[in-house]
Amino acid sequence: MYAQMVDTGVRSVKGQAEMTTEERAFQARIDADIRIEPKDWMPEAYRRTLIRQVSQHAHSEIVGMLPEGNWVTRAPSLKRKAILMAKIQDEAGHGLYLYSAAETLGITRDQMVADLHSGKAKYSSIFNYPTLSWADIGAIGWLVDGAAIMNQIPLCRCSFGPYARAMVRICKEESFHQRQGYDIMLSLSRGTAEQKAMAQDALNRWWWPSLMMFGPPDAESVHSAQSAAWKIKILSNDELRQRFVDQTVPQADYLGITMPDPDLQWNPERNHYEFGAIDWSEFMEVLKGNGPCNRDRLATRVKAWDDGAWVRDAAMAHAAKRASRQQVA
Amino acid sequence: MANEWPLWEVFIRSQHGLAHKHVGSLHAADPEMAIRNARDVYTRRNEGVSIWAVRSSDVVASSPGDKEALFEPANSKIYRHPTFFPMPEEVKHL
Repeated sequence: MYAQMVDTGVRSVKGQAEMTTEERAFQARIDADIRIEPKDWMPEAYRRTLIRQVSQHAHSEIVGMLPEGNWVTRAPSLKRKAILMAKIQDEAGHGLYLYSAAETLGITRDQMVADLHSGKAKYSSIFNYPTLSWADIGAIGWLVDGAAIMNQIPLCRCSFGPYARAMVRICKEESFHQRQGYDIMLSLSRGTAEQKAMAQDALNRWWWPSLMMFGPPDAESVHSAQSAAWKIKILSNDELRQRFVDQTVPQADYLGITMPDPDLQWNPERNHYEFGAIDWSEFMEVLKGNGPCNRDRLATRVKAWDDGAWVRDAAMAHAAKRASRQQVA
Repeated sequence: MANEWPLWEVFIRSQHGLAHKHVGSLHAADPEMAIRNARDVYTRRNEGVSIWAVRSSDVVASSPGDKEALFEPANSKIYRHPTFFPMPEEVKHL
């Protein structure tokens, strides 16, 4: 997802007997659906895991602006350009809500940025793919934001108050993103043969990476059990992926384009779509930094941060100067 | 890293006459920038007509450890709620 394979730092989920009194009380609150707030006692592993998860989520929002920014100057009309800019501005906002939520756990914003730039912190694998045509902007809104919503709606009920509240705000705004993407796909699929081919080509390239966003199959997902017990992961990777496929295939049918999966078919007994095997070696390569755009994305972020350093410093110097003048007066 | 912009808490009053409500936080170098950033981060969809920004370091908060001492005494004082007093059916406007 926007946060994939988040390390919980634990090897197995503790049973009641192994827990300290504090841990038992903490788990009881979570089991009773009482939100954990920043100043409440929490196990160190919970805090660290949440910092990893929320910061990874925030970094994904910020890095996610880059593939879309690629098309701002080449949007096909002024209307599309204004809409795309509004969407990208939302992504920045989402990143900021999430950074703030992570900061309540005791990490600074600058530390999170430093961890992203050093490669210690991750962002979603999906943003390491290139946006080659305008149709990709449609496919991202429709598929990538669609997958994000699938994951984020359950997270509105997660156990950590600031994260849950950030998710509520984000979900309200995210459905605009998905609709604007589908709207682009609709226009293309109702257009010329060439435009329809663009829509199909974008779907071909974004479909599998979108399914990978949900993370590895449950059987191989090491940290899910602990995250589920802490209620910072509400539904499993495979459950979310299945829901996403089930809701998205009819949407593609309406557009008159087809998923690049010969094994995709409706199973009336399971009441779900069956889909083909996902190439997890590609996913692992992208996570390791070998996706098509990893180096470019990170280099762009680092350059923006470094180039902006003098502005940040100047603003602080200006604020300090004005504050000192006020004290004199 | 030592030069991180300070953190501000942002409160927004919506159009409907309700009080300012905490919506989140942000970093800004000075008060003017805090208001401007709050406008961009928290009011992109007409969420409000007024913004307060307060330095986070200036917020005084109760501690979770004091929760019982502070809030439990109210539990036993149910006579503070009007429903504590049963009123005869026949009597109106009470």
